[in-house]
Amino acid sequence: MQTALRTSLPETELASRANFAPHARVVREERPAQTSGLPLSIRGLRKSFGDNEVLRGIDLHIPAGQFVAIVGKSGCGKSTLLRLIAGLDKIDAGSISFGDAAVKPEDIRVMFQEPRLLPWARVLSNVEVGLGRDRASKDAHARAEKALTEVGLADKRDQWPSVLSGGQKQRVALGRALVSRPRVLAFDEPLGALDALTRISMQRLLERVWRDQGFTAILVTHDVSEAVALADRVLVIDEGRIAHDVTVNAARPRERGSAELAGLEGSILSHLLSADDRT
Amino acid sequence: MSLIDSISLPRRIRLPRADGLVQWIVPLAIIAIWQLACATGFVPTRVLPAPTDVALAGWKLLLSGELARNIWVSFWRASIGFLIGGSIGFAFGLANGLSQLSAKLTDTTLQMVRNVPHLALIPLVILWFGIDESAKLFLVALGVFFPIYLNTLHGIRTVDPQLIEMGRIYGMTDGELFRRVIFPGALPSIFVGIRFALGIMWLTLIVAETIAASSGLGYMAMQAREFMLIDVVVLSILIYALLGKLADSASRVLERLTLSWHPAFQKR
Repeated sequence: MQTALRTSLPETELASRANFAPHARVVREERPAQTSGLPLSIRGLRKSFGDNEVLRGIDLHIPAGQFVAIVGKSGCGKSTLLRLIAGLDKIDAGSISFGDAAVKPEDIRVMFQEPRLLPWARVLSNVEVGLGRDRASKDAHARAEKALTEVGLADKRDQWPSVLSGGQKQRVALGRALVSRPRVLAFDEPLGALDALTRISMQRLLERVWRDQGFTAILVTHDVSEAVALADRVLVIDEGRIAHDVTVNAARPRERGSAELAGLEGSILSHLLSADDRT
Repeated sequence: MSLIDSISLPRRIRLPRADGLVQWIVPLAIIAIWQLACATGFVPTRVLPAPTDVALAGWKLLLSGELARNIWVSFWRASIGFLIGGSIGFAFGLANGLSQLSAKLTDTTLQMVRNVPHLALIPLVILWFGIDESAKLFLVALGVFFPIYLNTLHGIRTVDPQLIEMGRIYGMTDGELFRRVIFPGALPSIFVGIRFALGIMWLTLIVAETIAASSGLGYMAMQAREFMLIDVVVLSILIYALLGKLADSASRVLERLTLSWHPAFQKR
């Protein structure tokens, strides 16, 4: 199943493309050379809410710096998995570990579908919130400004969130998540509420900061085309288990709507829909 | 492009200075009509004295120092009572909004007391405190307590739980969470409470001063009634109106200063 979906682009070919395409945009390596990301190992993870068993034994290893997308029908447990990884909910059984390194709370950050900005704080102070315990440090301002520049909103630093557009608010939220230089960044449908065009530019932004900073990215989405456009690997979750684990080897930057991605998207969608027919 | 410009340009012409004056057009018109009605004899001055007579009475009282003294006494009672009742209400609102235990312990009792009209306590209060200052302060404090308590509690309970979760994720301590998320989130509601409370503050004070006092605006009005000085009675009523407006404006200024983030308070 998995091999059938795997696109046949060996790593060597990717590298040679990069070397012999001076006319094209710079094609960088698949993954940053040195990654600040943390590896993630999940063993036998279970979670239920009352009688409803949402996750029924998840086993998963994510190498450091990988971009993983999690797709599935609504209610399949994908957001629950993300909340457990981010430490927002308690685990019933099993374990989640982040390699051998000691993990600080600032190392793992979450971005939600809603921006969750403080309406009574200026854009810059909202980004400063993301520094966690370093908020009081002397360079807090400078770091927040740098993060704001990274998401392209340096000129909005003194605005109230209420005057920003939906996409801009989400970019501030991204800046807030990035400012502590996290090593794992979990996205819970961060682009779900945006219009199609803003969505595409946000996807590019996400990809760019992921490449620049090399964190491990976990993206929960219901949009399969978004998943194949961004991720190294797409996990299909069904009835609380990982039903499919699909590797996306397409070169970056990826061309939206290319036949390669469209084919991959189609086969993942058919998996999701066939799971739907069964029930 | 020119189309868009021409639409957006004259959307709203605002003259800030004129804006401040517009609100006074209706009160001034009422006074003008009133003066006219008295001057023509349409309203007998025994029923309602002309505004000029009221102003004259005010001027006399001002010269004798009686007016300033009574206004000061009333103002002092109102603000001290407001401060006492308001801070206790605010403290209970905070405690019950933040702690389930505290809410379980006290909310039922407070809701029961709230349903007793506080002015019904006047006979009891006179028996307890006499017609002393403390009687008036007690009544004002009691009246002010509930709107502030209820709105503080409501404000804290309705702070967006997603923002609180966000604060916790980003490692805010309890103190920080309160200062940066819960309190600013509850502030618009607290201001609603303050404005309600200001209304109740004047109401309580007037009633208390009319019934049992030896100084203050209410006392001045009652004394004037004894001597059939109808112009002084009307004067006291007008002063109440002005003081009420003043208190309301003060709370608006505070609102503007602290809620400038709120879309409703932003200058367009």
